[in-house]
Amino acid sequence: MNRRGPLKAIAIAAAIATGALTFTSQVLAADTIKVGVLHSLSGTMAISETVLKDTVLMAIDEINAKGGVLGKKLEPVVVDPASNWPLFAEKTKQLLTQDKVAVIFGCWTSVSRKSVLPVVEELNGLLFYPVQYEGEELSKNVFYTGAAPNQQAIPAVDYLMSADGGGAKRWVLLGTDYVYPRTTNKILRAYLHSKGVKDTDIDEKYTPFGHSDYQTIVADVKKFAAGGKTAVVSTINGDSNVPFYKELGNAGLKAKDVPVVAFSVGEEELRGVDTKPLVGHLAAWNYFMSIKNPDNTAFIKKWSDYAKAKGIAGHKDKPLTNDPMEATYIGINMWKQAVEKAKSTDVDKVIAAMAGQTFKAPSGITSKMDEKNHHLHKSVFIGEVKADGQFNVVWKTPGPVKAKPWSPFIEGNASKPDEPVKK
Amino acid sequence: MLRLLRCIALTFAAAHVHALTADEAKSIASGEGATRIEALRASVAHADENTVRFIQALSDDNVKLVDGKALIARGDRAVDPVSGSESAMPASAEDVTNNNRMRGEIESALAALQLLSPDEALRRAAVKTLQGNLDEAKLPLIDKALSLEPVADIRDSLALLQAAALLSSSDRNKRIHAANLLAQSSQAATKTLLLERLRDESDAQVKSVLQRSLSQVESRLAWGDRLGAIFSGISLASILLLVALGLAITYGLMGVINMAHGELMMIGAYATYVVQGVFQKFFPGAFDWYLLASVPVAFMASALVGAALERSVIRFLYGRPLETLLATWGISLMLMQLVRTLFGAQNVGVENPRWMSGGVQLMGNLSLPYNRLVIVGFACAVLLGVWFLIERTRLGLFVRGVTQNRPIAACMGVNTARVDTYAFALGSGIAGLAGCALSQVGNVGPDLGQGYIVDSFMVVVLGGVGQLAGTVYAALGLGVLNKFLEGWTGAVLAKIAVLVFIIIFIQKRPQGIFAMKGREI
Amino acid sequence: MNTPLLSRTGWGAWLGALVLLCALVPVLNLLVPADSALHLSDFVVALVAKIMCYAICALAMDLIWGYTGILSLGHGVFFALGGYAMGMYLMRQIGLDGNYKSPLPDFMVFLDWKALPWHWVLSDSFVATCVLVLAVPGVVAFVFGFFAFRSRIKGVYFSIITQAMTFAAMLLFFRNETGFGGNNGFTDFKRLLDIPIATPSMRMTLFVITALTLLLFFLLARWLVASKFGRVLQAVRDAESRVMFSGYNPVGYKLTIWTISAMMCGVAGALYVPQVGIINPSEMSPANSIEIAIWTAVGGRASLIGPIIGAFLVNGAKSWLTVTYPEFWLYFLGALFIGVTLYLPDGVVGLVKKRKGSKA
Repeated sequence: MNRRGPLKAIAIAAAIATGALTFTSQVLAADTIKVGVLHSLSGTMAISETVLKDTVLMAIDEINAKGGVLGKKLEPVVVDPASNWPLFAEKTKQLLTQDKVAVIFGCWTSVSRKSVLPVVEELNGLLFYPVQYEGEELSKNVFYTGAAPNQQAIPAVDYLMSADGGGAKRWVLLGTDYVYPRTTNKILRAYLHSKGVKDTDIDEKYTPFGHSDYQTIVADVKKFAAGGKTAVVSTINGDSNVPFYKELGNAGLKAKDVPVVAFSVGEEELRGVDTKPLVGHLAAWNYFMSIKNPDNTAFIKKWSDYAKAKGIAGHKDKPLTNDPMEATYIGINMWKQAVEKAKSTDVDKVIAAMAGQTFKAPSGITSKMDEKNHHLHKSVFIGEVKADGQFNVVWKTPGPVKAKPWSPFIEGNASKPDEPVKK
Repeated sequence: MLRLLRCIALTFAAAHVHALTADEAKSIASGEGATRIEALRASVAHADENTVRFIQALSDDNVKLVDGKALIARGDRAVDPVSGSESAMPASAEDVTNNNRMRGEIESALAALQLLSPDEALRRAAVKTLQGNLDEAKLPLIDKALSLEPVADIRDSLALLQAAALLSSSDRNKRIHAANLLAQSSQAATKTLLLERLRDESDAQVKSVLQRSLSQVESRLAWGDRLGAIFSGISLASILLLVALGLAITYGLMGVINMAHGELMMIGAYATYVVQGVFQKFFPGAFDWYLLASVPVAFMASALVGAALERSVIRFLYGRPLETLLATWGISLMLMQLVRTLFGAQNVGVENPRWMSGGVQLMGNLSLPYNRLVIVGFACAVLLGVWFLIERTRLGLFVRGVTQNRPIAACMGVNTARVDTYAFALGSGIAGLAGCALSQVGNVGPDLGQGYIVDSFMVVVLGGVGQLAGTVYAALGLGVLNKFLEGWTGAVLAKIAVLVFIIIFIQKRPQGIFAMKGREI
Repeated sequence: MNTPLLSRTGWGAWLGALVLLCALVPVLNLLVPADSALHLSDFVVALVAKIMCYAICALAMDLIWGYTGILSLGHGVFFALGGYAMGMYLMRQIGLDGNYKSPLPDFMVFLDWKALPWHWVLSDSFVATCVLVLAVPGVVAFVFGFFAFRSRIKGVYFSIITQAMTFAAMLLFFRNETGFGGNNGFTDFKRLLDIPIATPSMRMTLFVITALTLLLFFLLARWLVASKFGRVLQAVRDAESRVMFSGYNPVGYKLTIWTISAMMCGVAGALYVPQVGIINPSEMSPANSIEIAIWTAVGGRASLIGPIIGAFLVNGAKSWLTVTYPEFWLYFLGALFIGVTLYLPDGVVGLVKKRKGSKA
């Protein structure tokens, strides 16, 4: 009786599908506040993002040990969007509708943030985004704890132009081909024009994600540098940095001749590199592990104890902290403070309570969330790579810099308000 | 070090020298960058033994500041740079940090002092260092070195240095003379200098001389660029060859395109990482030789995994190549996840041994990195080894026989199943060697294989199967083509163009460059 | 045409699915209140819609692989091309509501472009977009297939060059200069045909349209396969040389089914994009295309219903595993590839048929 074949098959399939789907919609009823963690644990971005998931979990443990928030414990809900941008949107929907989390800590690349943004705005969720980015965005439902270009890129260029930084006259803007480097370079080009640098002295180059053969590019940089003192501004992302620096070191381009400042290279990215040929190259961040102050020492100790206890790969032997980890830590603590001030986890109340929050950050300053523009005031540090993979702070801003998410160097931004617009 | 001091002592015996003072030391070690550099330059002109020792310590990051006094750190003792007296290093000592600019100045200060060293190699190195960083204060030292220099080519380089300094002299004739002299140079730094001078020059005749010298220097540099492009093409070709050789062997033999080939490379790379760890822990003194030890380990690791795959999965799919594609893709997913579970999703750090770092400077602007040179050599050695194996050994004979005509070979008594396993293990082992080589130029992570898999397929498809020569020519052709296109259109368009070229080439000649003569339609 | 399109029970099942998807689901989602046990959540609706688009691709893959023996490892490129065509229209529909309040899409503003490039010229018309959704994958497939089949490239070589094709396309679309949004792709859609896209009713409309498309394509595939054309295809799969010696030119047949299959994927992509809300070049990655093949293989090749079941099974498992046991998802997928090719060459449908056979 094989006429029943297809019917039975459909029935089986439907049963399996429904079973699988209802499993995911089981909600555990408990007296906890759910916190969503949306970082890639596999795929190309796992390298950078996995450690942020662990930072959130560490902060949650710390908060719970002190009694939780509003008397309830925090419960993390960890999902893996696997460096797949559509999956980020889907997981966000799931976190907000199925798991009903009160807040999401997540994203790294701008693509992932842009795919999460419409979901979080439509469902009125709350996202804390801890990574430096290109600006040009200001959403009511997002708090940006990473640097905007005027808190990272522009001070770095200023330093390189100064006599102390080498007095660069020509610029190579080298980046990975996506929105963050493109927008940052657009802002930098306009900034350099404003300082009198001509287009013939600016060379903009892009490589795809995961690019690993930098021979031609390094040869081009050498050639370009023959025309005058050159500095390279690198927005190369992720693991492409390792082959780039290896090639740079082997080609004999020393930092004192052609300094390279990177915005996406921190302690974690240097872990896999032989740093001897890189000594003297620079990075610009709002936090370095080598900054000496009691808060940072405590933060590093907390992290290394946690990494040892949980056996986190890599960090249990050699614990490293970096800027996005610090930004995540600040973010989750400020959120906790805002919830306590608002006496509720309701998103709109928390958003209102976040304005003006302060927290003593490991970088040594008292970090403050701007009253209106959802960004932190941050100090800028320029560090040079040392042979042991740490950074030597060679310059810093005198005090915290307020973020300008709408860069004044892009046309049309002058009319944009410094706070989220009602959509 | 001692030699340096001795030579300084000799040289300055008659020169105007004054002893290092505590104030001088302090102004070099602390304060604003500009004032530190001024102090440093001034002290070079009047350097004595103590100054030299102090500057050397500064370069080694061994100077600390205690209560406004600069002290040299030796172990945990503090040495006063002026008096030489030792004392205990107080805990409140602050490190003196140098930024790029400071480091550059210190290097050229030391180089200037080395110009008068009795050691020829040191003098040569000193001249090279000064080419990048020259300032007026060093001119008298250069003049003196030029008058004392016995070796001819160092004298020429010193003359060029002098010319570079004289280029901004107020005497017009001196400028013309300097510009003419600089036309001999093949350094990129000279081009920079000439360009800068051209911008500021007002005299028309000097300008034309400068322009002429500039074009001569530029044409010399252009040769360096061309040779550099060819070398990078050869380097890429050597990597493609390593990556595709194993695949070509297994595909030629069994008609199996192994989608897990990239992961076998990754296993070789991780094997290298593990060997590095072992050496770091147990043989730290011999660390630089871990790479030699990891070559056989990588080969064996990948070969064993390959043999296991062949025995457990691929042999059952014999005759169904499309299913083999899918099954091997599944294996690749599992291998990647296995490595992630064992080693973490992060990249792991594989350091180049000392003899692989840096490069050999062939021309003024042509520097060939050692790691790439070694890989080109390694690829040639592997190719030779495989050729020998295939052409001269019994196993190679069987492999060739089974590739050409499997049923007849079986009739002749060849155990085709065992030959399959050995050949697959060989192909996988070569993939492991490729992974070992890749660990020296790029990242080692679970995704290592994914970046090279399309490239290896293209080389195999283009080169045809049955002959090693096909793979070699295809790798060479694709590598050089890719690099040349990259110079014009950028990396992405070059890659796309190469892929489109292969797709079109395959339409015209489906069996590849070197095809086996057979009766396939 | 001697064989009927579907048997009696087949029609029954088809109508049952029609009612279930086009009537019951909208009711359970829109009309039943949210706290009731019978309510079908938005999340489930979106997931099922996504899987239905994938099922269309699997169906298309079955036509060329199950029935014609051509394994394509690059079908994702046609899915993505259809998706991009629809995406361009949706980006234009954002109008002046983007971040920069400009008539140009946001990514063009930050690239400093002043006008729309030539390939965007038809993107403000819905009708033109619908034509493009069919035409672009169709033309690309036709050109590629024409040259490939004419040169008698088949088997493993063909699969490898389809991989090269999708990889090259992916690299091309990742470049920001190409004008398709680069790595960001297209996102943040607001309207379709001037109706806001993020409302439950619009979502349900798209769901129903997808379901209808799936069911209609299923009938189309049945019709193709049951006809003489279908028989020649199966002959090509089984013994191509004999087909040639019998006087048929397989190139025309292969090219036709290849192009139809590509257009089906294009339509699937166009339905996928407004429901998922983003399209980006990683849809063209070789890994995605290989996954389409596994859905077909798991379900059962040459059975048309098999690939649909396979798509639901594998994607359902993926959704569940990436939440509960994220580290094991890839082991499971890899083992699935191996297990299906070694032990279940006829997939789930084959397994069921064997059970039926042994019982009867």
